[in-house]
Amino acid sequence: MLRLTCPVCGATGEETEFHAGGEAHLKRFGPGSTDEDFRDYLFQRQNPRGVHFERWRHQYGCGKWFHVARCTQTLEVFGSYTAQTSTVPDHIQSAIKARRPDWEPAQ
Amino acid sequence: MKRYSAFAIAREAFRHHTGWERAWRSPQPKAEYDVVIVGAGGHGLATAYYLAKNHGITNVAVVEKGWLGGGNTGRNTTIIRSNYLQPSSMAIFEKSRGLYEDLSQDLNYNIMFSPRGVMMLAQTEHELRAWKRTAHANRIAGIESEMVTPQQIQEMIPIIQTAGPRYPVLGGLWQARGGSARHDAVAWGYARAASNMGVDIIQQCEVIGVDRDASGVTGIQTTKGAIRTKKLCIVVAGNSGVLADMAGFKLPVESVALQALVSEPIKPALDCVVMANTVHGYMSQSDKGEMVIGGGADSFNNYTQRGSFHHLEETVRALIETFPMVSRLKMLRHWGGIVDMTGDRSPIIGTTPVPGVFINCGWGTGGFKAIPGSGWATAEMLADGAPRALAAPFALDRFTQGRMIDESVAAAVAH
Repeated sequence: MLRLTCPVCGATGEETEFHAGGEAHLKRFGPGSTDEDFRDYLFQRQNPRGVHFERWRHQYGCGKWFHVARCTQTLEVFGSYTAQTSTVPDHIQSAIKARRPDWEPAQ
Repeated sequence: MKRYSAFAIAREAFRHHTGWERAWRSPQPKAEYDVVIVGAGGHGLATAYYLAKNHGITNVAVVEKGWLGGGNTGRNTTIIRSNYLQPSSMAIFEKSRGLYEDLSQDLNYNIMFSPRGVMMLAQTEHELRAWKRTAHANRIAGIESEMVTPQQIQEMIPIIQTAGPRYPVLGGLWQARGGSARHDAVAWGYARAASNMGVDIIQQCEVIGVDRDASGVTGIQTTKGAIRTKKLCIVVAGNSGVLADMAGFKLPVESVALQALVSEPIKPALDCVVMANTVHGYMSQSDKGEMVIGGGADSFNNYTQRGSFHHLEETVRALIETFPMVSRLKMLRHWGGIVDMTGDRSPIIGTTPVPGVFINCGWGTGGFKAIPGSGWATAEMLADGAPRALAAPFALDRFTQGRMIDESVAAAVAH
């Protein structure tokens, strides 16, 4: 069972309180983009066995979207952070490095 | 290979069963193979079998990081049906169901195929309309399926409650020649028959890297050393993303956990497979008497082979309304498998951006029923270097072209 903390309202709850929103930090492509870029935006996913950045919504709480860094192999949560960013904040990166020294951010 | 037969049982009975052979060889990997298949689940083993049987290609290795049939092949709820909506899905799933019909004879291994019938319940008006549309599509494609009324369902399945206030049964799509089979036996049967024709099945051999040069794939690195090959086929279900990453391309796939559970064994009470897609609940009774129940998939990426408890609770809570007797059953075991969900919830069989690397993945929550047809189509592709008619619609480039195979809308859930 996952326990997540919402960085907006600060509440900690188990997963039924939240709604999973898929991979985080996708670059959005729309009209005028190439077919490959549009496919990458819509369908291609990192799907790693290990550190994964993803979007969650505090559905039965404050209702806000936020980001979570989580390990898909152990379900360990490294931390949650604001949705208003397109990069992984430094304190989350160091929290992951502390637990997974071999981990490198994906390009 | 000694053939299994009634005579063989009698012969062995007279000599204290000392003459049985191992079902398949366990060789060390050779330095080079014509084809290397990663993943000894049902789809990988079926591919190897049809490569050898239909195309005469026997210099083949199937490498497996764990044990044969230990992934989703051994974790599913063994439902076999082909009443899909889209022509390309109907073609491959009906090919598959047809192959299941005489697979025991073909493999000389009893896979316990039981065409007991599959009932897909319609529990909303939308579902009722969708099933009617599917029934017409099936009729045009020559697949035997028909709509049945709640009264007929009540007669066929006495333990069902059709008048439930929240999930009433409004009708059903009945496929009489659908059913189930023993999942382990499907993997073991294919392994035995393929091994007998010269295919090397190498277990406990994890792929740790894919070698390639400018012209394409040249081999793989494994925990049992390097293996050279010009044709590599990735058939690893939930781990497809990890293998694709090693080979150097991305897939439109996400891996999530799907769960199932079985009850204590009871006397025969349910003689067909029932699917309730609205509530994500599937139920059938095994030959041992256990109720085999399949649930819904988790919504977040997961490689742990454990699912969330609340999904089981939702599945069982909804099933209890349709089958009140389930509330008195004790559940014995529950487990999870990692399924690879594609963007359109239909599988991928095709070439990849890396020359010489082929992929068969994305069967999501419905791969068991497709094992023979998928193996057949993938073997054709590996033999020719390009997919034939059965596999062609499932190519990877459909996501670039926007040519989706929209089954998830048809089935209300992913298969």
